[in-house]
Amino acid sequence: MADDVLLDVRGLSVDYVTDNGNARAVNNVSLQIRPGETLGLAGESGCGKSTLAFAISNLHAAPALVSEGQILFEGRDVLAMSDKELRDFRWNKASMVFQSAMNALNPVITIGEQIIDVILAHKTVTRSEAWARGEELLDTVGIHPSRMKSYAHQLSGGMRQRVVIAIALALRPKLIIMDEPTTALDVVVEREIMDELYSLKEEYGFAILFISHDLSLMGEIADRIGIMYAGRLVEIGAAADVLERPDHPYTKGLVRSFPTIHGPKVRLEGIPGHPPNLLELGAGCPFGERCANRIARCDAQVPALEALGGKRVACHSPEREEAIA
Amino acid sequence: MNMSDTPKVPSKLEVEDLVIDFRTGGSLFNPSILRAVSEVSFELTTGQALAIVGESGSGKSTVARALCRLYTPSAGQVRLDGVDVNAAETSASQRDYARDVQMIFQDPFGSLNPVHTIRHHLKRPVKIHNPGLNADEVEARVIELIERVGLSPAKQTADKFPYELSGGQKQRVAIARALAVGARYILADEPISMLDVSIRLGILNLMDDMKRDGIGFMYITHDIATARYFAERTAVMYVGHMVEWGDSDTVTQNPQHPYTQLLISAVPEAGRSGRRELKAKKGDIPVRTPESVGCPFAGRCLQAREECHTAMPPVTKLAEDHFVRCFLFDQDTEN
Repeated sequence: MADDVLLDVRGLSVDYVTDNGNARAVNNVSLQIRPGETLGLAGESGCGKSTLAFAISNLHAAPALVSEGQILFEGRDVLAMSDKELRDFRWNKASMVFQSAMNALNPVITIGEQIIDVILAHKTVTRSEAWARGEELLDTVGIHPSRMKSYAHQLSGGMRQRVVIAIALALRPKLIIMDEPTTALDVVVEREIMDELYSLKEEYGFAILFISHDLSLMGEIADRIGIMYAGRLVEIGAAADVLERPDHPYTKGLVRSFPTIHGPKVRLEGIPGHPPNLLELGAGCPFGERCANRIARCDAQVPALEALGGKRVACHSPEREEAIA
Repeated sequence: MNMSDTPKVPSKLEVEDLVIDFRTGGSLFNPSILRAVSEVSFELTTGQALAIVGESGSGKSTVARALCRLYTPSAGQVRLDGVDVNAAETSASQRDYARDVQMIFQDPFGSLNPVHTIRHHLKRPVKIHNPGLNADEVEARVIELIERVGLSPAKQTADKFPYELSGGQKQRVAIARALAVGARYILADEPISMLDVSIRLGILNLMDDMKRDGIGFMYITHDIATARYFAERTAVMYVGHMVEWGDSDTVTQNPQHPYTQLLISAVPEAGRSGRRELKAKKGDIPVRTPESVGCPFAGRCLQAREECHTAMPPVTKLAEDHFVRCFLFDQDTEN
């Protein structure tokens, strides 16, 4: 099995240490990504999806603290790596693309310098070789190589995001973690970037951890989807199974929160209430207060993630789609 | 619930040939001008919503700001029930207009004052616009407003400060504040795009209920799926121009303008994976000046003809409530 798994997150918990106590932003999360696979991770703000992404590349910093669990990348524990090993791991093995490309790029040096900086830091090549590789990378993501000499402010939002993707690709990593990579972009630009991403993935075969709140977009790109709520993974399985036949009441609510452009026009209800404060979680299911299927057990005990029809679902009273129909 | 001064009489807020220019530099005699909005015309009616859909830079927010008099039109008119709103000279008539037309902004975190309670935010507009009410009546109105936007318990909510509320709750307070003055029209500029997905529909449904109470909405969004969900009518804007408008279902299910088609083909849909080959040339969004000629989309349009680059296409009526501004549909020029 180990050969077949690129990233193996085991029982990971991440706490934010605050004056009012520890907020457990990621709570006992286990998931695996296979080589070349796209795993989507969806949830609302504060559900822990970005914290998880940071922890995977060991980029989390105080007040965030990994309190439990392991992150194995090709069998090696990322959390136990020395600085030198981490340097080799980041960008060479796994790279990241963040939501705000505007802030990810340095405004006072050219984008060419920023691209070759990554290459020079990790590879023993000459400056001119790195520059040539940088031009090639820009071409790969659909930007004219002459743009190497441009500054970030001279590029549009979509172009900046492409540059960030080019940097992420620079060392041909096996995994790219993308945290809301197109959220700040217009829908047409988002489409262009997604199309670019599909062909790059075909060409290079990297795996993607794709983090987003947009389930429709995720339904397009992801092979499997995991849904997070209040730090916990509540449902995970094949993309179509999760989106078309959701079992967890939260997933159901989330799926029903998106009006469609072509489907029937019906009144949708979203989910009543709002996500819980991580500092005030009780003993029961964190979704209990907003859940229509709540039973007595939900208040007493947090449901564990258990196998259910090809997926894994954390719910005491899952409402199977067959039961409704 | 008794909101006695929300009127049921039909009313119209019209925009005709609105042009908004911004000066972006240049010299006194040779200023450089950016044309943000060009010849935009539409009307809002009470009890209905018009969605304005477009990408960043399409001028949709500028139109809303002109409607609530934050910008003065460079040309064209905004008329409320036939009266030019920018001709109003006295502060009293300006205040009357502000009472009728209110705006809700995208960022509920930035639109409430952090040092004041929710009660303070709602009390002030109630008092200013209803000078005759005594303290008990004002308080009763405030509680009524909080309940009306679905926040409970109302009394406790009134005592809270903005930081104690979630984004969705803050946006409900912003809506209550617009109602506090007795607004007949609400201009909502991306009111849900900063909120969590599970609570977005709650806000849209609240606004939908308010439509039934006679409030007219202008709903500005980049999300054409929510435009179809919430608004009866939709107008699509591209670089300051309205390119296609009409009944929301018609515009979204049977789009005719090449830009509308591009926009709808780009919307993500679960289960439709793989590359999609957008039907447009790649290119940046152009900058328009008063001297610009031709259709703003011509540079990216695959069906662009010679005339598209030299003249602005006329408006063609395709159906009872479906209009498009494109030479492809212009009878006179078709050969």
